[in-house]
Amino acid sequence: MASHLPPKPIAQYEETASGGLAAGAQHAPRGLMRWLLTTNHKEIGTLYLIFSLTMFFIGGIFAMVIRAELFQPGLQLVQPEFFNQMTTMHGLIMVFGAVMPAFVGLANWMVPLQIGAPDMALPRLNNFSFWLLPVAFLMLLSTLVMPGGAPNFGWTFYAPLSTTYAPPSTTFFIFSLHLAGISSILGAINIIATILNLRAPGMRLMDMPLFVWTWLITAFLLIAVMPVLAGVITMMLLDINFGTSFFNAAGGGDPVLFQHLFWFFGHPEVYIMILPAFGIVSVIIPTFARKRLFGYASMVYATASIAILSFLVWAHHMFVVGLPLVAELFFMYSTMLIAVPTGVKVFNWITTLFRGSISFEPPMLFALAFVVLFTIGGFSGLMLAISPADFQYHDTYFVVAHFHYVLVPGAVFAIMAGVYYWLPKWTGHYPHLRLSQWHFWLSVIGVNLTFFPMHFAGLAGMPRRIPDYALQFADFNMVTSLGAFLFGASQLLFVWVVIKCVRGGEKAPARAWEGAEDLEWSVPSPAPLHTFETPPDFQPQQH
Amino acid sequence: MSGGSYYVPASSKWPALASLAMGAMMAGTGTLLVHGIAGLPVMVVGLLAILAVMTLWFRDVIHESRSGLYDAQMDRSFRWGMGWFIFSEVMFFAAFFGTLFYVRTFALPWLDGEGAKGVAALLWPDFTASWPLMNPPDASIEGPHETFSPWHLPLVNTLILVTSSITLTVAHEGLKEGYRDTARHWLLGTVLLGLCFITIQGFEYYEAYSHYGITLQAGIYGATFFLLTGFHGLHVIIGTIILISILARVQRGHFSRDDHFGFEAAAWYWHFVDVVWIGLFTFVYVF
Repeated sequence: MASHLPPKPIAQYEETASGGLAAGAQHAPRGLMRWLLTTNHKEIGTLYLIFSLTMFFIGGIFAMVIRAELFQPGLQLVQPEFFNQMTTMHGLIMVFGAVMPAFVGLANWMVPLQIGAPDMALPRLNNFSFWLLPVAFLMLLSTLVMPGGAPNFGWTFYAPLSTTYAPPSTTFFIFSLHLAGISSILGAINIIATILNLRAPGMRLMDMPLFVWTWLITAFLLIAVMPVLAGVITMMLLDINFGTSFFNAAGGGDPVLFQHLFWFFGHPEVYIMILPAFGIVSVIIPTFARKRLFGYASMVYATASIAILSFLVWAHHMFVVGLPLVAELFFMYSTMLIAVPTGVKVFNWITTLFRGSISFEPPMLFALAFVVLFTIGGFSGLMLAISPADFQYHDTYFVVAHFHYVLVPGAVFAIMAGVYYWLPKWTGHYPHLRLSQWHFWLSVIGVNLTFFPMHFAGLAGMPRRIPDYALQFADFNMVTSLGAFLFGASQLLFVWVVIKCVRGGEKAPARAWEGAEDLEWSVPSPAPLHTFETPPDFQPQQH
Repeated sequence: MSGGSYYVPASSKWPALASLAMGAMMAGTGTLLVHGIAGLPVMVVGLLAILAVMTLWFRDVIHESRSGLYDAQMDRSFRWGMGWFIFSEVMFFAAFFGTLFYVRTFALPWLDGEGAKGVAALLWPDFTASWPLMNPPDASIEGPHETFSPWHLPLVNTLILVTSSITLTVAHEGLKEGYRDTARHWLLGTVLLGLCFITIQGFEYYEAYSHYGITLQAGIYGATFFLLTGFHGLHVIIGTIILISILARVQRGHFSRDDHFGFEAAAWYWHFVDVVWIGLFTFVYVF
């Protein structure tokens, strides 16, 4: 700082504060204003997580509508038009409203705690990032009651379905996505600044817990691709409202251009939803195997490789759209390359388990299920990467099975593993063991009943995004629907476990899990509102 | 990483109000576009609210910075923040340049029957690809009659922006050497050059619509032209507003020789806008 300015006063806080999530009310503004104005990373993290859970249920209700309609062949409950709105809104809400904010919420809570920082680097920006989200999703959900209905073109909103043939509410959908995108970019900037600038003295990059590493790389991906999404939806807006012809061949544009731009965003986006999951699992497995993570450095390099490759594989979503042969080949091989760093990760997780003293607490159950079930999704991804085979699989339920395996028992299970892992830190109580186990087993059974039969339905030729189907798919769909209802209902149990844990339960010590070693376990449970007001003493571990 | 305690800013009402204002502006704009004029007041109120909130938010930050509340670590956070923000802007323009290259390299030749996907020529067999695209494939879309020569107004604008980057650097050097008047004068010059650019660009748009038939509706050439130059122009306007506020701060003696990140952030932004223009001049106007 400049020499002519007055000397810097010691940082002042309104309260010397104690009590995190559970015992909050000692902070200056009270009630609703406290949450509206907060700049505290723990409070904002909590807001993100509550928002995400709410969206998870709203998106889940849409999924239940879809599965209820598909329970039997024929049209029973909803009109095809409304069915399309449900598939679209389910995808958009889950991707942008549930999974991404959940990871940002976990980052808000845990990144400062894991690197020994007092808060996020730019706390007010953090508040802004969060409060953009309710505004954005209120706007998105309001399209359901607009004339012409909500967006009905699938979460990938391909032109010209989303331009020439789109409902009038599409303009509002575009603006809501703009708001959500601004939120993501600002959130990512904040996370990068925090990680690069606020680490405890002595903590080198290669000393950071893997959750922090994966978030650093994810934040880079977000800043790189969310603007591209903003660009492509802006071009949609112009095509719809101002008569441009970006995605209209009659004026010299090209609808395929939309797909290129969308997937240039969209493929890194799917890694945005899985890299933090890798980080969570890489933190949980060593704790409950009571061993150091095997291959720490290779985990970091694998994550970075996946991030770089994610910019070079986008057109594997477009194999059947009419690409030049050379593009088909390039994108097929580049996609298959991703299996290498991903394989490194799975290998490292399993090798960490090898000869470990494993115990099966709820976070570990979810993390182990993640490793197995995510790998199933990875393998079906490898099948889809093979261009000539993809000609057969494209737009069938096989694709739906694939990405739900990586997103539900992948991303969502990792989020739940993280929640169970850190709940003692947030609330000071352990989640109820028996109920957590019930939640886990019902979820695992439900998720596999839902998505495994989709592979067969897809390979047999059932197309995605249709409200009715041929009779031969009836059995698979009935099993899938029953599984979906089971999975949906068992998430109510999750809410109960969380509420119960916030209200009370077995007290957790600072180091809530025996094998846990990162910095967050050096602060009391529940974590006080302000932690690491002075930088902690950090001793690097040997990896 | 600093050794002492950390600085954590107090809570603020501006971020939440900013979200509300942005929501209002976007809801208003959406209503204006879809349902008509009723959305206009909401849009205007939203926009004004955004500007007001930004002003007040920045005022608080400037005040805190002036009170010496920020330490070197906070300064680094601001630097990282601004740097990555500009990177996000780079990617925003990258999408638009990508569009331009894709259309010129793939989409139009294919519509003309050339290349790997020349089968697209079946759609409009009479279509001939060219760039700038004067005759869009379908007769329902009227193309431009004439295009700009890059060596008139666009060249003038290029010289203006490049010069403005130089004058800004001179102002910065002046500030670093402690010559506040130098900084003020050259910064004022930069602002004036920015205003010249905006005026000339506005005149060019007027010409485009009134004489050249280059409009948003004139097929892909008009669309990419206005997309790229329009968003760039918007950034020049924003950059000029930023520079004007920085000028006011220089005037009030807010900056010292070695502490003026507000100035530097504005300069980074301005140079970024300049670099984008070089790309525009090259690929939109010349080639």
